[in-house]
Amino acid sequence: MNVKRLTAGVMAALVAFFGSTVGALAQDRVGAPKDKGLWLQEAASEQAAKIADFNELLLWIIVVITAFVFVLMFYVMWRYREKANPEPSKTSHNTLIEFIWTVVPIFILVVIGFISIPLLYFQDVVPETEFAVNVTGNQWNWTYAYPDHDGIEFTASVLPDSAHVAGSAERAEAEQALSVFLGRPAKLNARLLDTDVRLVVPVNTKVKVQLTASDVIHAWTVPSFGVKLDAVPGRLNQTWFEANQIGTFYGQCSELCGKDHAFMPIAVEVVSKEDFAKWVERAKAEYADAGTTALGR
Amino acid sequence: MAHENPTGWKRWVYSTNHKDIGVMYLWFAFFAGLIGFTMSGLMRMELMEPGVNFLPGLFGMTEDQARHMFNVLTTGHGLIMVFFMVMPALIGGFGNYFVPLMIGAPDMAFPRMNNISFWLMPPSFILLLLSTFVEGTSGMPGFGGGWTAYAPLSTYGHTGPSMDLAILSLHVAGASSIMGAINYITTIFNMRAPGMTIHKMPLFAWSVLITAFLLVLSLPVLAGAITMLLTDRNFGTTFFDPAGGGDPILYQHLFWFFGHPEVYIMILPAFGIISHIVSTFSRKPVFGYLGMAYAMAAIGFIGFVVWAHHMYTVGLDVDTKAYFVAATMVIAVPTGVKIFSWIATMWGGSIRFTVPMLYAIAFILLFTMGGVTGVVLSNAGADVPLHDTYYVVAHFHYVLSLGAVFAIFAGLYYWIGKMSGKQYPNFLANVQFWVTFVGVNMIFFPQHFLGLQGMPRRYVDYTDAHAYWNKISSYGYLVTLVGVLLFILVMAMTIFKKKKDVPDNQWGEGATTLEWTLSSPPPFHQFNELPRIK
Repeated sequence: MNVKRLTAGVMAALVAFFGSTVGALAQDRVGAPKDKGLWLQEAASEQAAKIADFNELLLWIIVVITAFVFVLMFYVMWRYREKANPEPSKTSHNTLIEFIWTVVPIFILVVIGFISIPLLYFQDVVPETEFAVNVTGNQWNWTYAYPDHDGIEFTASVLPDSAHVAGSAERAEAEQALSVFLGRPAKLNARLLDTDVRLVVPVNTKVKVQLTASDVIHAWTVPSFGVKLDAVPGRLNQTWFEANQIGTFYGQCSELCGKDHAFMPIAVEVVSKEDFAKWVERAKAEYADAGTTALGR
Repeated sequence: MAHENPTGWKRWVYSTNHKDIGVMYLWFAFFAGLIGFTMSGLMRMELMEPGVNFLPGLFGMTEDQARHMFNVLTTGHGLIMVFFMVMPALIGGFGNYFVPLMIGAPDMAFPRMNNISFWLMPPSFILLLLSTFVEGTSGMPGFGGGWTAYAPLSTYGHTGPSMDLAILSLHVAGASSIMGAINYITTIFNMRAPGMTIHKMPLFAWSVLITAFLLVLSLPVLAGAITMLLTDRNFGTTFFDPAGGGDPILYQHLFWFFGHPEVYIMILPAFGIISHIVSTFSRKPVFGYLGMAYAMAAIGFIGFVVWAHHMYTVGLDVDTKAYFVAATMVIAVPTGVKIFSWIATMWGGSIRFTVPMLYAIAFILLFTMGGVTGVVLSNAGADVPLHDTYYVVAHFHYVLSLGAVFAIFAGLYYWIGKMSGKQYPNFLANVQFWVTFVGVNMIFFPQHFLGLQGMPRRYVDYTDAHAYWNKISSYGYLVTLVGVLLFILVMAMTIFKKKKDVPDNQWGEGATTLEWTLSSPPPFHQFNELPRIK
């Protein structure tokens, strides 16, 4: 897609201009905001990739429209300044031009609509999924349950700032606990994004997310997966994602839910299918039937 | 004269004069705006660095209290800027002062109702300010649920009396606005000067007429919604509580059925003001007058059928979302008509770059930027990573803070000579424009990047990767602060001038509306003999 190449070029130029450093891609992706980032977080699912493509297309459309308006305005300001044009014209109607600036925007919007609506249906209609996770928003943490895996259930809470001080005992402790939970070495990536335990899902697998809340409204999102949905008390919302990369992917509660709204992040560990099967066996022993969420099992 | 002009405090408190009431509205908006602007300053300073440090340091509070206070500040800032700054300035202030002058009427249709419309505002504002000092939740003061006050965060999420005071405040402000709206509709329908048909009426009067209709149709819905909140909170009803068969999403539908027209309520009068300024300083009549008037009517109408685009992530049915995508995008068409008509008004004109004109040009450019990001957000598919992020914050501040507020500045510079009889200091006003222009863009443009990177809005603290653009945004606030201080200085230098020396029509032949046929300031009672419009 031409648009994509062009965008990549401009973004690269902008990134170079702002002196940003693009972190080297390790084998395990970290899906999180980047320092001085200018654009969407890198996609780790087909949905997110499609959303990013569409956003790029929209960006170009709006940049062209804005540039057109700016150029027109600056030309008018220069050409018809008082000195250059002391005698104003009396024109106040021109049916043709009014017709054009009504119809051309309609045409552009129709084009946008033809891309937008299919994308919406692709995101919104949940396909056959392999299993479901029940996500319950609480003030101020997330409870994850695996109803198709003997009801594994646990709650993920934000790690305190002290766990992000390099070399601190808290950090070592938190990473140790997380490694035990995941069954593989894990490290913390960012303040306010890391949680004590993570939602674990297999790569290249369609997962259904069933959302509700136990108190007020929260919103569960992982930008790299192209997913965001409110967790509403008394309602069961559902969405889906299929992560296509192994790694750790982050999101943050996206509906104002009170004092600690900024302190209930979402961390998802995407592992290979084999690792997932192993993790499930261990997690069943540890976390199955540990309690009930607002969803039950 | 039937009665003498009252003087002293009676002139203001008992006022039934549209110009005095308009001036009081402007002063009210000014003071409320300073408070709202201070609140945004506290937020921007807190967000300047990662970590929760500024508010605890400033107020000597615990981090928990600071986290809650930040939410109270976002709530207060939103409510104050919407209900107590932009609306009173554009509709109550300029509307009251200039609609009767422009349509050739001696006053508003219901002068005493006009008085109570204004005098309900201070008590309403006091209720809102009080709400920030009484308990909101868990022993901490103030309501921190956002200006949208979504249930259940506004019901069992905030059990203290703070939310009740905020609800009462909105009820009183709503009553004030509804009465004001009735007054405008009646005035404009019945009190136009002989010969001024509705299709000859100045565009600002058109914009206020349409706004007034939006107000009378949308505010009762808000009143209903917040009354249901009140009874859910205090009288055991469960409209929004799923435990009793209610639904939190119902509140959002009701709120945004009001809330979306509300954003047009804030911007339509701005459109009207910009049209006059662009026409005046291009020395040309407005291009496509009828198109301009009916574009506003179309925006007002469509504004009522797009509300759920604020709710794309609540779990709406996909067909419902598809409808709201289509309906929302339609708004871009009449908005485009307005933008292009303003440029066409300037085309072929003889343009003078006075301070109001600079603000008007900046309005057109920046509103375009806010408008096109609105087209992005209107697509439910593209909205997913942007919903409830700083991208949305950037979008609506481009249309409101750099749109509606720029129109208020433009209107003040355009009309201050007419209202006070004194002219602003030109050089300093130019400096004020440029400082403010740079400052607000520096605040809000980087917020697009923050939103694209996924920083959610209403966050007291952010992950360290967001630090860079947040810092620039906060520096932008400091620049804007200089702009606001300069604004106060410019206005003070204008108002405290000794001599009134502004002629009837200070802007020359481009200024064609009726207020420019009167003295500056206009007489206490104007048009004792109605003007005739050819």
